[in-house]
Amino acid sequence: MNPFAKLLAISRRKSPWIYTVNSGSCNGCDIEIGPCVSPRYDGEQIGILRQGSPKHADILLVTGAITRRSRQVLLEIYAQIPSPKAVVAIGSCPASGNVFVGSPTIDGPLDKWIPVDVWVSGCPPRPQVIIAGIAQAAQLLAEGGTADQKRKAKP
Amino acid sequence: MMAAIWQYVFAILVWPGLVGAAALGFFYLWIARKLIARLQGRKGPPLYQPFFDFVKLLGKETAVPRGVNTALFYALPYLALAATLFGLVIVPVPGHAVDSFPGDIILLLYLLEVPVICDVMAGYVSQSIYGQVSAMREAVMSLAYNVPLLAAVIAMAQNAGSFRIGTLQSAPFGVVTFLAVIAFAVAIPARLKSNPFSIPNAEQEIVAGAHTEYNSAPLGIFELSHALEVVLLFDTFFVLFVPHFGSVLANAALYVLVSLGLIVLVTLAAATTARLTVKRAFRFYWVWGGLAAAAAMVVAIIG
Repeated sequence: MNPFAKLLAISRRKSPWIYTVNSGSCNGCDIEIGPCVSPRYDGEQIGILRQGSPKHADILLVTGAITRRSRQVLLEIYAQIPSPKAVVAIGSCPASGNVFVGSPTIDGPLDKWIPVDVWVSGCPPRPQVIIAGIAQAAQLLAEGGTADQKRKAKP
Repeated sequence: MMAAIWQYVFAILVWPGLVGAAALGFFYLWIARKLIARLQGRKGPPLYQPFFDFVKLLGKETAVPRGVNTALFYALPYLALAATLFGLVIVPVPGHAVDSFPGDIILLLYLLEVPVICDVMAGYVSQSIYGQVSAMREAVMSLAYNVPLLAAVIAMAQNAGSFRIGTLQSAPFGVVTFLAVIAFAVAIPARLKSNPFSIPNAEQEIVAGAHTEYNSAPLGIFELSHALEVVLLFDTFFVLFVPHFGSVLANAALYVLVSLGLIVLVTLAAATTARLTVKRAFRFYWVWGGLAAAAAMVVAIIG
């Protein structure tokens, strides 16, 4: 690995900028994401910054059970994030549908639509676990291990 | 001849240009973030955070929005960066002697204004409604804070009887300096788009302002040019108002101390205030900034 690639890898690990999408969540997980950058949990120590525009983000946090209404928006926002990017599914809903399973209005799980790199479990997960999930996604970005990077690397 | 060219190349790329100013600028931005974090009871980001953010942005793929002029989209951040670099090179800072020429302070003021114009154009070019709102606000704010900023410089020039940075630097300290420092310092937060004048980039309110559609390397270059702008503005403050010593070491120490003092003051103002509306900020600059400016001008002309 040449020094520039090494520096870039370190930078990707140290600077995860996040963007959050609520795809039909009950808002519980979104409330738990807020404290990640609050005085108590202070994600800025590992470089986490919440961005207002998906074009500035590296990591997409998805909450909720992917309702039919939010599906298209989710796909568009995922497409707007510049590569390399990672996706972290927050909570049980994107993984399984949770209590909404069987509902005709949801169309999950999340990895049916976009590749997911890290699953954070819980209903809702605690902020510590969300920060750990973001750190793990940042580590994957540094190693080139995200689904997006693997797809790009294929000839 | 060759030696002179190499000197220019060194000045633009190393000190006081790209490498040196970027290191200083990123350091000041880190101090701002760290101080805000400490004031909020957080630990805050590590020292190298702005640098890693910048390198990461350089390593991402760039997406140009559909219907946007690609050449202009890429050119604007580099234009802002280049203008700031040339501005840094014509300012005599410790360890960098410049042959001062008549009117170089005017050139410096123009170069200081180029990044602002680039931001305004970036807002309109990117065709995002947030960018357009931000561009409009930035243009209005530029009309507001330039009243005290320009008046402070003109008063100092009137006092020293010259528009040369060299003469301004050796002008004696007096009442005009005191009034001009107030007028200039009042303009700094608005020029750096920090609270309570973070009106053009108003985060959370109009997403990321003029940079909403910018991403990856062009965004990184904008961040770098912002870091250099901080250094250039503090340089301008330094040469205009801070007394010049014979020893390089004493000058360098003073230079760092003054810059640190300014960034701490700007950050304290940012951490303790909420964003103003455009109308109130405009009124603030035209009334209070204008008063300080008028006082400095009157004293400069009479005294």
